[in-house]
Amino acid sequence: MPLLRVFGPARDAAGTAGEQFPGADVGAVLDAACERYGPGFADVLRRSAVWLNGEPATRAHAVGDDDEVAVLPPVSGG
Amino acid sequence: MTLINGNGSPNRIQTDPLPTGPGGWPRQYDGRVPPVAGADDWVLVTEEPLPVAEALDWAVLPSCGAVVTFCGTVRDHSEGRDGIVALEYECYREHATPRLAAVAESARSRFPELGRIALLHRVGELQLREVSVVVVASAPHRAEAFDAARHCIDTLKATVPIWKRERWAGGSDWASCAHELHEASDVSR
Repeated sequence: MPLLRVFGPARDAAGTAGEQFPGADVGAVLDAACERYGPGFADVLRRSAVWLNGEPATRAHAVGDDDEVAVLPPVSGG
Repeated sequence: MTLINGNGSPNRIQTDPLPTGPGGWPRQYDGRVPPVAGADDWVLVTEEPLPVAEALDWAVLPSCGAVVTFCGTVRDHSEGRDGIVALEYECYREHATPRLAAVAESARSRFPELGRIALLHRVGELQLREVSVVVVASAPHRAEAFDAARHCIDTLKATVPIWKRERWAGGSDWASCAHELHEASDVSR
């Protein structure tokens, strides 16, 4: 199963740094995560970037067992 | 990679021990201290105090008459919050230094006269007055050095997957001043 990793406020909302979710595409993985983590996570997700293996991705991107989807809320480095 | 539970603290992703580079220098987090010999871009993410003086010394080349250093330091307030005592930075480890490298690349395409660029970011918990980020830019003349350093910190703040949490007596929360994440190549001046 693909791995979902979440950061910052998304990690707080999920209560975990990430875990594997079933899904054939990014959208399915995100939907499964929202189902498990609840509406608070879904709110953060709405304002977050989504990457697949380190690059911006859309919900339509296909994913496999070796892939990593990341939820990245607005950043505050520097 | 193993996901582990942290006894009530947020889950952390367990990572392998950090390897050392060929010279025995520890690869402190991602990137190298000192930088790779012969390279003109130095990017680093580390939990250790940042090597500010070393970065400045490294950045000066015989062809450069100007070097500008910017340090971001931990401040005791932010919008709507007084009495901040510490910051905690977390990052998407695998992609932080590549994104710093992309910032350096964007600076070189915008400022072709640049000599050396150092982009160093600290993560973990930092106390007031500690240095969280260092940008060093050298160039033959000061106009480019100043402009490139400003471009680098502005672009870093919008494109690198790092998040800071502000702590004060009795509470903590994520920084409210946050940037929608962009690609370095998309950030305009």
